[in-house]
Amino acid sequence: MRAKPRARLMLGNEACAEGAIAAGVRFFAGYPITPATETAEVMARRLPEVGGVYIQMEDELGSLSAVVGASAGGVKAMTATSSPGFSLMQEFISSAIIGEYPLVVANVMRLGPGIGNIVASQMDVMQARWGAHGGLPMIAFCPSSVRETFELTIRAVNWSERLRTPVLLMTDGVVGHMREKVVIPEPGEIELWNRPLPAVPPEEYQCFDPGPDNVPAIPPFGGKYRVHYNAAIHDFRGVTTMADPKWCEYGVRRLAAKIEAHIDELTETHSVLMDDAEIAVFAYGPVARAAEASVRQAREMGIKAGLMRTVTLWPFPEKQVREMAKQVEVIVVPEMNLGQMVLEVERCAAGQAQIESVTRVDSMLITPKQVLDRITAVAPRRQIPWPS
Amino acid sequence: MAKLKPLTELRKEHFHFSRFPTTYCPGCGIGNVLQAVTRAIDETGRPPESFTFAVGIGCYGNIGNYLDFDELRLSHGRVPAMATGLKLARPDLNVIAMMGDGDATAIGGNHLIHAARRNIDITAIILNNHTYGMTGGQYSPATRLGDYATTAPYGMLEPAFDICKLAEGAGATFVARTTTFRMVQTIDIVRRAIEHPGFALVEIDSQCPVIYGRMNRWGDAVSMLKKQNALTVTLEKAKTMTPEELKGKIVVGIFKQAVEPEFTGEYYKVINRVRRPQDAS
Ligand SMILES: Cc1ncc(C[n+]2csc(CCOP(=O)(O)OP(=O)(O)O)c2C)c(N)n1
Ligand code: SF4
Ligand SMILES: [Mg+2]
Repeated sequence: MRAKPRARLMLGNEACAEGAIAAGVRFFAGYPITPATETAEVMARRLPEVGGVYIQMEDELGSLSAVVGASAGGVKAMTATSSPGFSLMQEFISSAIIGEYPLVVANVMRLGPGIGNIVASQMDVMQARWGAHGGLPMIAFCPSSVRETFELTIRAVNWSERLRTPVLLMTDGVVGHMREKVVIPEPGEIELWNRPLPAVPPEEYQCFDPGPDNVPAIPPFGGKYRVHYNAAIHDFRGVTTMADPKWCEYGVRRLAAKIEAHIDELTETHSVLMDDAEIAVFAYGPVARAAEASVRQAREMGIKAGLMRTVTLWPFPEKQVREMAKQVEVIVVPEMNLGQMVLEVERCAAGQAQIESVTRVDSMLITPKQVLDRITAVAPRRQIPWPS
Repeated sequence: MAKLKPLTELRKEHFHFSRFPTTYCPGCGIGNVLQAVTRAIDETGRPPESFTFAVGIGCYGNIGNYLDFDELRLSHGRVPAMATGLKLARPDLNVIAMMGDGDATAIGGNHLIHAARRNIDITAIILNNHTYGMTGGQYSPATRLGDYATTAPYGMLEPAFDICKLAEGAGATFVARTTTFRMVQTIDIVRRAIEHPGFALVEIDSQCPVIYGRMNRWGDAVSMLKKQNALTVTLEKAKTMTPEELKGKIVVGIFKQAVEPEFTGEYYKVINRVRRPQDAS
């Protein structure tokens, strides 16, 4: 048996596929769309090699439906798409929230509206939070590199299993089509989480009994336990109780609570040069890499700039941003959209810092210069040394 | 066919009788269909836990509240796609896809024809009451030309789908139609459909006395069933009739039954060929 090279140069979308396989995903249903298609292509080749199944469905509605079917069958499952397909999937993202299906949707964002363009954007980050009807809390991770795409795909699968909820991987055409080195860990080196299984005998079992973690233990079909998945408001047995306001209230609040209970574990931010910073840049995805370069250039100019990069888009890292707003005078928020996460930053800063939105919607990555220009424009005059 | 079990026994084995009465209107055909399907499952002799129902949204959508089977009930129209994912991930399960006429042929039409084309081993049961019962009697793609619906107050202008022809054309390898009046035949056909190794579709013409029946003056459940039966023509008889004579008739029987490569089986052959032992997990 030929040993596989440990470190490989990989496309972001390929890292998503390999990360999913490493996380135990054994079912993928998809529909081709640029710039996400490579994930499906890799899955079509790789999944049968590990005993898994790939299927190309008739559209994105079908893709996510098939993923739900496989997940209900007890198999870790995912799909990948890009913005127009992500819009089509909102119906079933919502259904998967209430049906409590563990699954992952990777959205390699491109420019909208409509068919827009096929390159890159960060235009769906609010849709990730609010796109699915019901407006329940979502979990969404956003990688800045190919290596991080690999890691966050595993994390997305893990959280989806642990909390029995859909998890979004919000990547984009830049990271999806970037080639970087990824070191693939040995199977035993990766921590894998699995969905909870019932602790009671079949006679006492109720499939939507939420347990202490607010996460029901639902076994795969075909065993001794009777499972009634139901996307209508239901009681613990899975019986529809949609006419009962009490079950509506309880059902909606429980689904929110099971995610809100883990906000601290879910939100991950990375700070660069923030200790004494007076101006902060808040960024995510590939834009954070440009932002880091601009922060370092600003430091060379004598400006006390720092970066907060968030890996978790949703739940939003409220605490971290609130603390940052107390420390700095200005927060610059560069994004490849018309200004979306800046609204969250503004909300959390609550007037404690001046917020500056930097936007770009020509499908190109924001450059360090673009961010630096804004930093220097807003930096207090005294901080800018006279050009030598 | 084996002797019919008493209903009380069927109830005990396959239903949550404590949750009765059902939400269905008196005389609705959903009860007939449920009885036929559970009897057919019994007759296959396969263990009940090996069956999973994928169910859409419509009046029949609440069957999971009463049925003691595993169930996947999620949304309107996506049943064939959910069932496809489930069957591929779990080839050991018998997957029954329960749909309404609107569910299967309007919002889910695309998923239906592709599941049929793939010839994946799913048993699709379409309860055709020729209307959107659940939302109060709007027209569906199976509403008969000229009939009334809340959204066709001047009569239906669009021709109806012939669901069986649609399935056959799309590649289903078992296609049959039966009616709620013909219970014995329905049990037999559903059993054959379950045992068929490929995509099997059974359209069951059913009565909706409370909405469709009233709006179109078909009377109560009994007179609806009588009228349904009067319009029913067997496939053998239909072969002797002209297209003109067949207009408005309900042709019942097995239209197609052919064994062709089944998708799940073909896919797992590929897995067995390319699977790498070092990656096995
Ligand atoms: C996406 C979506 N669109 C519309 C509806 C509303 N809806 C619920 S059931 C139904 C029609 C059901 O008709 P059919 O499938 O024939 O079942 P029946 O009620 O007649 O048994 C509709 C339109 C829905 N639930 N979801
Ligand atoms: S509306 Fe029609 S189909 Fe629905 S339960 Fe009543 S009779 Fe049955
Ligand atoms: Mg109907």
